[in-house]
Amino acid sequence: MLNIKINDKSYQVEAGQTIMQAADKLGFHIPRLCYHPRLSIEGACRVCIVEVKGMRNYIASCAYPVSEGMEIFTNTAEIRQARRDIVELILNNHPQDCHTCERDGICELQRLTYAMGIRHRHFEGERKHYEKDISSTSVVRDPDKCILCGRCVRICSEVQKVNALGHAWRGFKTVVMPAYNMPFNESVCTTCGQCINVCPTAAFVEKSCAQDLFKKLDNSSLVKVAQIAPSVRAAIAEAFGFEAGSHCLEKELTAALRKLGFDYVFDTQFSADLTIMEEASEFLERLKGKGKLPMITSCSSAWMKCLEQFYQDLIPYVSTCKSPMSMLGSLVKTYFAQKIKRDPKEIVSVAIMCCTAKKYEAARKELYVDGAPAVDMVVTTREISWMIKSAGIDLMHIKPEEFDKPLGLSSGAGTIFGVTGGVMEAAIRTAYELYTGEPLIDIEINDLRGFKGIKEGKLEIDGKEIRVAVAHGLGNANELLEMVRKDKERFHFIEIMGCPGGCIGGGGQPYAGLNSLPLDESCLAARADALYNLDRHKTIRRSHNNPDIRRIYKEFLGKPLGEMSHKLLHTHYKPKEPKGIVPTEIQAR
Amino acid sequence: MIATQDEKSQELSSFMQKAKESDHPDSQLISILHKAQELYGYLDKAVMEKIAIEMNIPSAHIWGVATFYHFFHLTPRGKFAISVCLGTACYVKGAEDILKAIKDELKIDFGQTTPDGLFTLQETRCLGACGLAPVIMIGDKIYGELTPKKAVELLRSFYKK
Repeated sequence: MLNIKINDKSYQVEAGQTIMQAADKLGFHIPRLCYHPRLSIEGACRVCIVEVKGMRNYIASCAYPVSEGMEIFTNTAEIRQARRDIVELILNNHPQDCHTCERDGICELQRLTYAMGIRHRHFEGERKHYEKDISSTSVVRDPDKCILCGRCVRICSEVQKVNALGHAWRGFKTVVMPAYNMPFNESVCTTCGQCINVCPTAAFVEKSCAQDLFKKLDNSSLVKVAQIAPSVRAAIAEAFGFEAGSHCLEKELTAALRKLGFDYVFDTQFSADLTIMEEASEFLERLKGKGKLPMITSCSSAWMKCLEQFYQDLIPYVSTCKSPMSMLGSLVKTYFAQKIKRDPKEIVSVAIMCCTAKKYEAARKELYVDGAPAVDMVVTTREISWMIKSAGIDLMHIKPEEFDKPLGLSSGAGTIFGVTGGVMEAAIRTAYELYTGEPLIDIEINDLRGFKGIKEGKLEIDGKEIRVAVAHGLGNANELLEMVRKDKERFHFIEIMGCPGGCIGGGGQPYAGLNSLPLDESCLAARADALYNLDRHKTIRRSHNNPDIRRIYKEFLGKPLGEMSHKLLHTHYKPKEPKGIVPTEIQAR
Repeated sequence: MIATQDEKSQELSSFMQKAKESDHPDSQLISILHKAQELYGYLDKAVMEKIAIEMNIPSAHIWGVATFYHFFHLTPRGKFAISVCLGTACYVKGAEDILKAIKDELKIDFGQTTPDGLFTLQETRCLGACGLAPVIMIGDKIYGELTPKKAVELLRSFYKK
């Protein structure tokens, strides 16, 4: 233990931590901007400066270790003034368009400006101006809003190991951009949207189609069909100011979508059940020697783009199943169109997703059904929250409504698709029974729950040991896939989700609220619990027991992996350029 | 003898191979970029992509380094680089007028290359020849005690070379 003083009061703190970490634990929240607990220390913004007795200059508390006898001042008049000047200088090179900005009211820079007491601007100088990059289906990059904190660069390289972004040029001319300043859509960007999650301003936002959707919803000649991803219901209340996990708004959201003008509201969890039927069957086929093992899941759109650019050698190992979103979209344009006797061209299929990469997936030509997109539009949790607010719908006091038939009923297995380990857990619940004819008794597989980067589990199916592994976040996925590259026998079945925590931590989820940080683990845990609770309270918890799944096979699809399934529910992946590079060792910074 | 594209590419590859065998291959990036520029005259996307793949370094990182350092050129260079000294001594002795005369003559700005590929104009601080101020450097030769008129005549003499 070390003896230190903060603002003239004595404390004992553990050695080996930074001033900021020590101060945090003692209840001093030193203002900060570029710092993020999940990322390496950048020390770029200098907002977290403190005065240390005997040191000539102010110290960035995020980067400086505490030491014996240190006397720290966090709140002197001089420090307050210096910090305010620093934030003012950042603001000076930032557009003055807060009230028309996407992140008005939920911007970390705005919050900091307020906290620093900046009530007018003293400095006026040259301000940068660059074109927005709107080339991506999913992410818009606006360098004008960028304050060069580098969080996006760090999450992309350290957490996701995608390295799509870097700092280019220098000094005043520094810009965060993809290599060669190429358009985002030509880069290695996987469209996961984690840059949006960690950006303190609106330098990264999703490519919104909310206004287009309003127009479509006004068109009475169209049939408007929505589907809702599991994780949206677990997180949407946060966009309305509630604590993570405090409200799970499933039926409320269904009701709100009808009020917005949707004719039918279906559940992506239904097609998650369908995915399990196909994927579990595919796994059992591969286990019997028809196809390669380990089989790797294919639900996560960011992971799929990552596969095609970074892990081209592993394409044969990936399940041919489309994602639940695309499966449901395909059924809407075929099975459901036939049911309601409408031309699929008159149907607008909209997916409400926690994800920005789903926008990319929806645009993939190989997932089209009869020459038209299976999903016409994807809106994120953030976009639909805005639409609900904009339309004056009271989500918190709305009367809950049920999903529509025939694509709305789901099992608990479909629900947990939204959280890391959930797809594997759901698949095991079904694969076990399909193989042995006996139901799996312990269906809550705790080894596969939680936020460890790579989780491993074993189970016995009919005397055969099946080894499974789960990774969430593309960086963890990289580690797991390197294991697979070295030893193909080590695992039989692998689940990969592109975002930290799985879909619940998706790039389209609500921005961190007042008392939270983006990707805060307790926030992710609260969202995960919301889904596990939904599962626990369902009477049907195994995908194959979902009566509407049985019905759709009987009426329309035939059998899992059958001809119709192959046409509508499966696809193939191809290598894509530019090829992604994962450096073997991340440089310690 | 002028090296062919293949030979250049091979030379760069073997340079990178040696870098990979060193203790810290990551820290060799700048020297690799120097080598590439020495071979090709500048760094284009294809050569940076080649370095990315062979060194297993993400291209966004290479781009960051290549754009950070003024020494690296991202567009083709002229046959002769003109460095106009803007250090204190030259400045006092009228370097700005020299610069203006050169810009007017060649119709290019800093960092640009004449359409005929002959000259590239670059800014430089003290060249260490203050006794001859104002000076410019063309290629690797220093020319001193210039006037705007002399500078233009000097440039014109290069057309013949």
